[in-house]
Amino acid sequence: MSNPLVDMEKPDVIFCIGTNMTECHPVAATGLKKAVARGAKLIVADPRRIGLAELSHLYLPLRVGSDTALLLGMAHVIAREGLIDEDFIKDRTTGFDAFFEHISQWTPEWAETITGVPAKDIETAAMWYGSGNKGAIYYTLGITEHICGVENVQSLCNLALMTGNLGREGTGINPMRGQNNIQGAGDSGALPNNYPGFQAVTDPEHQAKFKAEYGREIDLEKGITKVTALELCGDSIHAMLIDGENTLISDPDREHCEHALRSLAHLVVIDIFLTETAELADVVLPATAWGETDGVCTNTERRVQRLRAAVPPPGDAKPDWWIICQIAQRLGFTGFDFNTPKPIFNELCRVSPIYAGLDWDRIESGAYQWPVPYKEHPGTPRLHEETFVNGRGIFSNVHYRDPAETISEAFPVWLTTGRRLQSYHTRTQTGRAEGIDYLLPEESLEVNPVDLERWQLADGEWCKMSSARGSINIKVKATDRSPRGTVFASFSFADVPVNLLTGSGYDPVTHTAELKVCPVRLEPL
Amino acid sequence: MKNKMKIDDVDVTFSVGETILEIAQRYQKEIPTLCYDPRLEPFGGCRLCIVELEGARNPVAACTTQATPGMVVRTSTDTIEAYRKTLLEMVVGENREVDVSPLRGYAAGELADLRDKYEINDGSITGAISGTNKVDDDNPFILRDYELCISCYRCVRVCAEQEGDHAINVMNRGFHTQITTEFDGLLKDSACTFCGQCIQTCPTGALGDKKALRHAESGLQIPPTELNIEKTRTICPYCGVGCSVDMLTKNEKIVGIHPAMDGPANQGALCVKGQFAYDFVQHPDRLKTPLVRGDDGELHETTWEDALDKAAEGFRKVNATHGRHSVYGVASGRAPSEAAYLMQKFIRAGFGTNYIDNCSRA
Repeated sequence: MSNPLVDMEKPDVIFCIGTNMTECHPVAATGLKKAVARGAKLIVADPRRIGLAELSHLYLPLRVGSDTALLLGMAHVIAREGLIDEDFIKDRTTGFDAFFEHISQWTPEWAETITGVPAKDIETAAMWYGSGNKGAIYYTLGITEHICGVENVQSLCNLALMTGNLGREGTGINPMRGQNNIQGAGDSGALPNNYPGFQAVTDPEHQAKFKAEYGREIDLEKGITKVTALELCGDSIHAMLIDGENTLISDPDREHCEHALRSLAHLVVIDIFLTETAELADVVLPATAWGETDGVCTNTERRVQRLRAAVPPPGDAKPDWWIICQIAQRLGFTGFDFNTPKPIFNELCRVSPIYAGLDWDRIESGAYQWPVPYKEHPGTPRLHEETFVNGRGIFSNVHYRDPAETISEAFPVWLTTGRRLQSYHTRTQTGRAEGIDYLLPEESLEVNPVDLERWQLADGEWCKMSSARGSINIKVKATDRSPRGTVFASFSFADVPVNLLTGSGYDPVTHTAELKVCPVRLEPL
Repeated sequence: MKNKMKIDDVDVTFSVGETILEIAQRYQKEIPTLCYDPRLEPFGGCRLCIVELEGARNPVAACTTQATPGMVVRTSTDTIEAYRKTLLEMVVGENREVDVSPLRGYAAGELADLRDKYEINDGSITGAISGTNKVDDDNPFILRDYELCISCYRCVRVCAEQEGDHAINVMNRGFHTQITTEFDGLLKDSACTFCGQCIQTCPTGALGDKKALRHAESGLQIPPTELNIEKTRTICPYCGVGCSVDMLTKNEKIVGIHPAMDGPANQGALCVKGQFAYDFVQHPDRLKTPLVRGDDGELHETTWEDALDKAAEGFRKVNATHGRHSVYGVASGRAPSEAAYLMQKFIRAGFGTNYIDNCSRA
């Protein structure tokens, strides 16, 4: 997030797109609710009539996968109505003239034909966002889990740049991170393109720095993403070390994924449960869980916080860091002689410019948000206040693209997937928490009541849902939350493996799967 | 120009909009409250925070009275303390019990603490019990023990103001006032999201953490009034918001979760997962021993030495046979940063490649 969580109460205009925040980030959503109670305008764009849509002043029910078109239409209106921030554009950005020219063709009327959202509502959304003093954008995987995830994010950046809604209280572009330490995992360098602290591996200076740190030369070329690695399993990838991820259930196209993992010569899984993924491993190493491990995590607003152990682990379970050190030592790798997590985190701080001012003791109360470039630095709750890290903000002349697969005679229904309030991801944790079943005992397919008859389905009955990759059986639930022609299910329940169906395509840059769009066919059982 | 007033004969400064209670608390004055939660709008219901204000005919509620320049306030006089004691006697007298398990909620001991401070005997006034328990609500998380309710409305207000859910309502008036949901139904049929904020703000334990109580009484055999619960500050293990929580433990068991009222990301708020879905940690399904696949194709329990040797041997072999670009590492977005850092170091320092990723693309 460019802005801190406390800013969520501050905007005049809030634009939420592709984020089911009341279910997936409920505590963050309370900030938005307070802003709305205070008088802020809330615009919500989502194919489904989610909880946030019910709270909104303007709801834009766009067709799944049409975000870029909607955002181009909004940019067109903002420019046409002169709602741009000329000083901000002149002082802080580059490429506006070409962008201005580019968006002149993408009218709201054109966007209506793609998105299904009435042109007048697109105009209203643009007018509100463009004329607010403090406009804030919030998004989640509804923006990124598309083949055009990059264009979607760039489109949101265009809106913020042209209106100067960056670097100030109550503004910004704010992606909500979905896992407790997914930000920290990226910060720590667990990425094929970046060393710790987002230092590009393709920069020879960084290569030299880490050669000095780690005692060996590391490729100047980017590595491959996990998606590519899975595709190459058994081909050029033959061994994998997976820490705490139930790849088989959470990733798209389960059959492909299972085949990939099975074709490895060597699979080692570190986890707290014998997950579906661990069951395929050659070696399974039991890790300590939350509450049993001292460590550090970083949240969605870049706040670096301490995790503390309170109870002993079961049996012989060991911390993840200890396990990795032990394997590394057996392979003769140097730099893995750690006995506690503290020096590991301090090493991460030492090699990462964004953490350079931090150490284990300084983060005791969680007071710092990175970047913290040196010891006396107060931290950076708000990014881009004076300048952008890379100089000037760049406008992107994006084009709308259809999803990888579009509905057809064979697969006439849009399936979109996501999460629910009461369960978390593949339920390895919430599925083992007593009482949660009372609130959410099983998965169901959310279908618009009008569509039931059209597809000969009945509320509460089972149906067969098929995509180009496979079929599953799922119980039908009639609800107005789903628009006509689009159905929704979460991937949380192992007995309703929705990710057998998904996996139609990937964003070519980020390799994020298009989990939000999957044409399917529904048949009564 | 700074605004000035006097509290207990001391000159104090304040900013416009501050209440007498907020200023007094800044100056470490102990003013008793029951309906006050600093996160919520002042309510002025319990009247315990009354103070003497020069020029006013009657004492005023410190929580709802905004300071004005020149005010002269006394927070603790014999008259004021006598009023407070009488008010507390009446509150204590109409409750079935005052000593409740601290597992009921973060603030559950507030009434008992004030009773002790004001040296009130439980039987000094005996009033009729005013609330009716909602015994038919079979939800597993929120105990609705309204016989302990004192109508402070903190639950109603936290649900409306903090959560924006408006699931909790007030039914009837006066003595018959009853906290409930729409149509006096079950919580699961209301707008309730089971975030647990109502049980954490309740000052008497009328709304309590049913899950913690159930586990304490059955599996852990902890008496309900057991007081020695340990607290460890940590961060919720679910989404990326990073809410601070206090993990409650007893005899090496996790017995519940309290939201951290001073948590920088959540300021006391939590959701149903962070509040109630903690027991996966000590679930019997947890892996306790390393496993290695045997010649029979099955996973078998083994020692750490054996498992680590086999783990390392596999990587050595693949590296020797297929080269360093045949090994791939996937770091967790769930484990601490030390694990992710060492995973990338394992790949980079060990194999000299960038064949490393985390689980953020799915």
